[in-house]
Amino acid sequence: MAEPVLHAGTRQPGAPDDGAAELPGQVVSLRHPWRWVAVAVVVVIGVVLVTSLIRNPNFQWDVVFHYFVSGSILAGLRNTVLLTVAAMLVGLLLGIVLAVARDSKNPIVSYAALLYIGLFRGTPLLVQLIFWFNLSSLYPTLGLGIPFGPTFVSGSANALITPVVAAILGLGLNEAAYMAEIVRAGLQSVDAGQTQAAQALGMTNRQVFRRIVLPQAMRVIIPPTGNQTISMLKTTSLVSVIALPELLYASQIIYSRTYQVVPLLITASLWYLLLTTVLTVGQTFLERRLRRGDAAHGGRGRRERTAAADARAAVQDGLPDGAPVAGGEHR
Amino acid sequence: MTGPTGSTRLSKAAAPTGAATSPAPSATPGVATEAMVRARGVRKSYGSNEVVKGIDLDVAAGEVLCLLGPSGSGKSTFLRCINHLEKIDGGWISVDGELVGYRRRGEKLYELRDHEIAQRRSRIGMVFQQFNLFPHLSVLGNLMEAPLRVRRERPEPVRRRALALLERVGLGDKADAYPRQLSGGQQQRVAIARALTMEPRLMLFDEPTSALDPELVGDVLDVMRSLAADGMTMVVVTHEIAFAREVADTVAFLDGGVIVEQGPPGQVLNNPSQERTRAFLARVL
Ligand SMILES: Nc1ncnc2c1ncn2[C@@H]1O[C@H](COP(=O)(O)OP(=O)(O)O)[C@@H](O)[C@H]1O
Ligand SMILES: [Mg+2]
Repeated sequence: MAEPVLHAGTRQPGAPDDGAAELPGQVVSLRHPWRWVAVAVVVVIGVVLVTSLIRNPNFQWDVVFHYFVSGSILAGLRNTVLLTVAAMLVGLLLGIVLAVARDSKNPIVSYAALLYIGLFRGTPLLVQLIFWFNLSSLYPTLGLGIPFGPTFVSGSANALITPVVAAILGLGLNEAAYMAEIVRAGLQSVDAGQTQAAQALGMTNRQVFRRIVLPQAMRVIIPPTGNQTISMLKTTSLVSVIALPELLYASQIIYSRTYQVVPLLITASLWYLLLTTVLTVGQTFLERRLRRGDAAHGGRGRRERTAAADARAAVQDGLPDGAPVAGGEHR
Repeated sequence: MTGPTGSTRLSKAAAPTGAATSPAPSATPGVATEAMVRARGVRKSYGSNEVVKGIDLDVAAGEVLCLLGPSGSGKSTFLRCINHLEKIDGGWISVDGELVGYRRRGEKLYELRDHEIAQRRSRIGMVFQQFNLFPHLSVLGNLMEAPLRVRRERPEPVRRRALALLERVGLGDKADAYPRQLSGGQQQRVAIARALTMEPRLMLFDEPTSALDPELVGDVLDVMRSLAADGMTMVVVTHEIAFAREVADTVAFLDGGVIVEQGPPGQVLNNPSQERTRAFLARVL
């Protein structure tokens, strides 16, 4: 509000706007002395930490690297990766189903999805894992058949619910509740006009979803799914409580024998760090490609881009940001 | 959307059968051609807000009908009712002798299944104000999607047909471009070509030039003009009075969800009999 007044005061009526000739030629940047203080503090802390890491014999780096590529740790690593992939697949597919159910016109279906999401997000994952593992105490036999009718196949729950099954159920079903919201945000980012245009061409609801809505929603869904995957990689360590030898439990098995607790925790942590770094790099690459695709297509609707950014920002806190959005979004 | 839950009582004249063995003759006396679109007592509400309040309308095969009316008068809603993008609450609409969304059994209309509606809708082209091209598909991809998926045609003939249509709308060199690389006028011409790949018997246009910069309007209207000249049946919601005067066979003026006045453009546009039409024309001309 003060601006026009300011202009009126500073600008001579009729005088040329660019008084370049009267301005001095040299520009001096503002100095930031505190930056140097901060740098000094960080460097000192860093040096202290690194020397203690090297000097303190209790870290037992020889033990850390001895087990780093040992057979049981690598087997645990493989289980961790497989669990992450399986749980994310279950989470994504069931998440899509839940997202669609959530927006269903049928209120019963919609509320059922809401109940599912509430239940799985509202209880600790650790509890859920233990629950699935102990399902046999609730239902000693599990069978496939018609409710209140004949049963076709059945088996002992104890035999069916192995630690692997319990882990995939626990992680995947829980993840689905979170993925549902991500998928839903993606679906809602697609303009209703897209559905109308596709329907007007004679596409069935299924075709509209598979061919038109979902591919466009994926651009919004993929970035936060990357974060979920990184998070899942670390969350799989929880299944150590049901004695599934993934990375953490594999190291626990070793240190319960050798009592080298800290070195083996470092071994596991280094692997987690390595994998999350790889995933983060992959994610940054993927996002950059998605954005480049946007630029090649001349960008998306402003609203869709904003939704993509929102979804990213909502989940991605504290992750390094990619390069600035490539230009040329407008025709 | 399925099953016989969504039944509507027949209101006025008897609806034609869904099977459409022989299309009923036009209700308009003196017009020899048969009706492509027949609407009787069409009503549509959003909640308690009745938007379309009983519309009777006939569009003969090969006829161009321009729908005029102030914003919010229900033009888009009525247009979407014609291809059953909106469910109607009363009356009926037939296109080429078929009820688009319903099957008649006795005195009731039963809503069709999704794939049956899609099937009937596939022969009605629609062009939107906001183009609504598929941004993740190339121009050619936009044109080929429905013939490949809906009619399951072989790709090569579809490709040839699509390229010929692009040529026809003056965009033969844009087949591999993506929608956002095109100007609004070019996008709208692609949208028209996309609708034409399904070889429609009827084309619906909802303010096709309203989102365009003025200098791009002409190209789109040219394409529509040539379509009309080829005998396409068209229902066009537009504010382009000059286009309506030149191309339309009939102009209908819609206000408050009812057709206030209807007739040849010379009569409705130059010599309106209703005060509301006169007031509207005074504002837009
Ligand atoms: N999907 C909808 N839900 C609720 N109200 C709607 C919807 N679509 C349109 N309307 C209302 O119906 C009335 C007529 O809209 P519309 O058919 O778009 O008019 P026009 O195309 O003539 O400008 C408006 O008052 C509008 O707010
Ligand atoms: Mg409208």
